[in-house]
Amino acid sequence: MSNMYLDEGFRVKVGLAEMLKGGVIMDVTDAKQAEIAEKAGACAVMALERVPADIRKEGGVARMAAISKIREIMASTSIPVMAKVRIGHFAEARVLEALEVDYIDESEVLTPADEEHHIWKRDFKVPFVCGCRNLGEALRRIAEGAAMIRTKGEAGSGNIVEAVRHMRTIVKEMKQITVLGQEELVAESKRLQAPLELVEYVHKHGKLPVPNFSAGGIATPADAALARLLGAEAVFVGSGIFKSSDPEKRAKAIVKANTHYNDPKGVLEASEELGDAMPGLDVRQMDESQLLQTRGW
Amino acid sequence: MPVVGVLALQGDFEAHAGALQRAGARAVEVRKAEELEGIDGLVIPGGESTSMLKLMDYYNLFEPLREFGLKKPVFGTCAGAILMAAEVLNPSQRSLDLLDLTVERNAYGRQLDSRVTELTGHALGGGPALEAVFIRAPIIRRVGDGGQVLASYQGDPVLVDFGQHLVATFHPELSADLRIHQRFLEKLGN
Repeated sequence: MSNMYLDEGFRVKVGLAEMLKGGVIMDVTDAKQAEIAEKAGACAVMALERVPADIRKEGGVARMAAISKIREIMASTSIPVMAKVRIGHFAEARVLEALEVDYIDESEVLTPADEEHHIWKRDFKVPFVCGCRNLGEALRRIAEGAAMIRTKGEAGSGNIVEAVRHMRTIVKEMKQITVLGQEELVAESKRLQAPLELVEYVHKHGKLPVPNFSAGGIATPADAALARLLGAEAVFVGSGIFKSSDPEKRAKAIVKANTHYNDPKGVLEASEELGDAMPGLDVRQMDESQLLQTRGW
Repeated sequence: MPVVGVLALQGDFEAHAGALQRAGARAVEVRKAEELEGIDGLVIPGGESTSMLKLMDYYNLFEPLREFGLKKPVFGTCAGAILMAAEVLNPSQRSLDLLDLTVERNAYGRQLDSRVTELTGHALGGGPALEAVFIRAPIIRRVGDGGQVLASYQGDPVLVDFGQHLVATFHPELSADLRIHQRFLEKLGN
């Protein structure tokens, strides 16, 4: 591994991701929602203007949230506050760094600003999380400086199928690399379009050099448990909470199921008396242009 | 081999389990009150203290954890130190009240103020400087009777030994150095 992954700045970025492990990070659009999230036991909140389900419905260009909103959320809660920027929009990221948010999500949920380049994240002191659908995409984002990876799923769909596909894909690709011979890693690096040194790291350790979380489609306590059982170290829940019929109850239930994901009775208890989940979308009936996960590479 | 529980409600409990194992203990995850039975000591890891408090309430763990701490050694790092302190500031919140300590949450600022530093002049039996990883760390504002300050940073105590218990405001579980975990293991069975 080159020095970047061992240097103090990068270890501090990964350090906060380590602290969020085993937790639930919730999308919130105002201070009131942030308070509900913290009270339910969220380990962090993601400040944004509209939850993904509304972005999908209303269309238009989705940008970084209004600064006044992010400030309001930062002032209302003692837990870490993340905020989203458009893919490649490093000027938005510089604004959020100046605002001192705790983590930046370079997110496919917003309308991309650059269809060719992601942000060069190593130039920032604030840590970044990025989405991925497979191992190559994850390693490219880490090479750019991401200190946390989340599988993309399909945000705002209320449908776990894409989150499952992406987590299964990345876990399987990592397993496969561990059994390759050293001489096969260069070709693997070429196939994955990812730096050799990161492929070597996965070969040696069987995991990413940064925490790996799950996002995009988690709507129920059992969805959160499924993501964790498939290998996610924590979960992001977007529309699933504040688009359900009783956000307070559902937020609490997802937090409970996420901690006791490996205990069926714990997930059962969390799943009782929940009210209605958000309405879901069948991803297979969606037009390619409606998919958020294909943004970025 | 001593058996140490690691509170696994949320946070970097796996990093602690790894450090404990490298230091010569067996680590088990604790999520329910009955899992406190049969362990020699407990680690409360880093993470979000508010999140852990909620999960303690959801599963009626608060009192059993407090009772455990009255009898057996507990080691808290960062959020763990906050949960063990008698008094918590910024904002004020409930705690297990195991140590005569006042702790201020997020006292250095936000993530941009997180840092890795070297602690020299520590009282950990001589030896080289201790690496300290601070993540949105609290500051110990007051150490009550029985607390021996083992290391300080910028004039504030960051590693305090209370005889039965040990607290750090940083994350020894994120460094390769095992001296602090070993210090905790020495308390077990005494």
